[in-house]
Amino acid sequence: MKQIKIIAIKEFKDYFISPIAYIVISLFLIVTGWFFFSTFFIFGRADLRDFFSLLPITFSFIIPAITMRLFSEEKNIGSYETLLTMPVSFTDIALGKFFAATLFTASMLIPTISYPIFISFIGEIDSGPVIGGYLGAIFLAAAYCSIGLFASSLTRNQIVAFIIGCALCFTLTILDKLLFFMPAKIIWVIEHIGATSHFTNISKGIIDSRDILYFVSVIFIFIFSTYIVMHEKN
Amino acid sequence: MIEVQNLTKNFKDFRAVNNISMTIRKGEILGLLGPNGAGKTTILRMLTGYFRPSSGTIKIKSFQMPKDAIRIKSLIGYLPESAPLYHNMLVYDYLEYIAKIKGIDDKEKRYDRFLQLSDLCGLSSIMDKPIATLSKGLKQRVGLAHAMMTDPEILILDEPTSGLDPNQIAEIRDIIKTIGKEKTIIFSTHILSEAEATCDRIAIINKGRMVADDTTANLKQSIKQNSFINLSLKGALKEDAASLLKSIHSNLDIKEVEPLEKDLVSFEITNSDDRDFRSDIYLKIKETDWIIIQLTKESQALEKIFRELTREGA
Repeated sequence: MKQIKIIAIKEFKDYFISPIAYIVISLFLIVTGWFFFSTFFIFGRADLRDFFSLLPITFSFIIPAITMRLFSEEKNIGSYETLLTMPVSFTDIALGKFFAATLFTASMLIPTISYPIFISFIGEIDSGPVIGGYLGAIFLAAAYCSIGLFASSLTRNQIVAFIIGCALCFTLTILDKLLFFMPAKIIWVIEHIGATSHFTNISKGIIDSRDILYFVSVIFIFIFSTYIVMHEKN
Repeated sequence: MIEVQNLTKNFKDFRAVNNISMTIRKGEILGLLGPNGAGKTTILRMLTGYFRPSSGTIKIKSFQMPKDAIRIKSLIGYLPESAPLYHNMLVYDYLEYIAKIKGIDDKEKRYDRFLQLSDLCGLSSIMDKPIATLSKGLKQRVGLAHAMMTDPEILILDEPTSGLDPNQIAEIRDIIKTIGKEKTIIFSTHILSEAEATCDRIAIINKGRMVADDTTANLKQSIKQNSFINLSLKGALKEDAASLLKSIHSNLDIKEVEPLEKDLVSFEITNSDDRDFRSDIYLKIKETDWIIIQLTKESQALEKIFRELTREGA
């Protein structure tokens, strides 16, 4: 437990030592800010629905960029050897890195809290969907971070890790919209695998244990896969 | 202290380490010697738990690899080859991170340890520098401080002196010797004089196999004809000198070598039995009007053993 905390803090600080953090955060804020506010005044609704509906797609590109370095960089410069020969378990390492990335994405969302604050000046804002939206965003971010972590553990090349991560996250994001192409018999399964519908449910302010369970399962599966990859590769 | 039995490691079709067994006692300094690509690093990586052996067992104290991997890892201080560190951290931050992860929780204790280590490894002037800006030798020292952080019982160093300048090599050797008085140390190298100067015991590895494992002194004794005499003369003609030397004893093998300086003639003299011929040579040359500039006995036992054991096809 203590080891996880030490690793997580170190990895989290690492983001802010290098310029990556600032570049990724600015990119995220510019993209989401533009797409949200460009239509905001046209619709004239005092809510954040459009902002949250954009998140799955922006996250599926932004988060792999954040997580790509977690293992790949260490493998590339060789510090992976240093890390693995210290008295820490694979689980400590995987969880530490996972929490660092999740914490980083959460801190990336902090500046966007200004949106509901400003909107509340110009209209009545319903706080339920806003709180639900942020909660859902954190679950979604955590799930995508675990996917990115897994992608990073596969290779020593950060670009490859990024592309694998994007492919996986993007698939989960658009799976709901692909149901049309699926055989009728398996639609009911595929329906539940996509991430967007679960996220949309939470961001409406409806907190259903099934949606929470979905995200927790995704996180568990990918962290466990990361563990297996680490184990098999050494 | 460390018992290794039938250790083997395969990478796909390539057998990097082949059935190696050895025992290392407490307080010993063991040098792992071998040409490049012999499998030294692979052996060390298995000992430190970075690689899983394909077969064979590793027992350190009463712990078994990989069952007690975490316990074993906390007993060992390891300096990987070319000391891979986190480049974007400051030296102090890096050491603090290592100390925390290795379980030195107390702030005072951590600070005391940093002071000791910076004295021992000469880090005091670089504590506030980013690791990326350090030279190779300085990185190596930070790596050494990392390895010794918890004052571990066993130190494993992978080519600790590779790529360093002669001053730094001497410094690192001094450090190894100082800490080697109380610790068990295993280090790999392909520099023979280094192993000879620092190790109690030498294991020679070639193509994944152990080809020799003995104390330095025993290894030297094991090979005969281990010495030759260097002779340089002034004022002599090559042919005259060679025939004169020949006349001393029929067992002598006289080889002319590149002279040390101009106007000299130099020979390398080997003999097939153990007798020391230096006095005979001196007496013989005293009869002439030549001047002896150099008459020394040289032993290259280790180099010879190494070459014999590791040459192609051996």
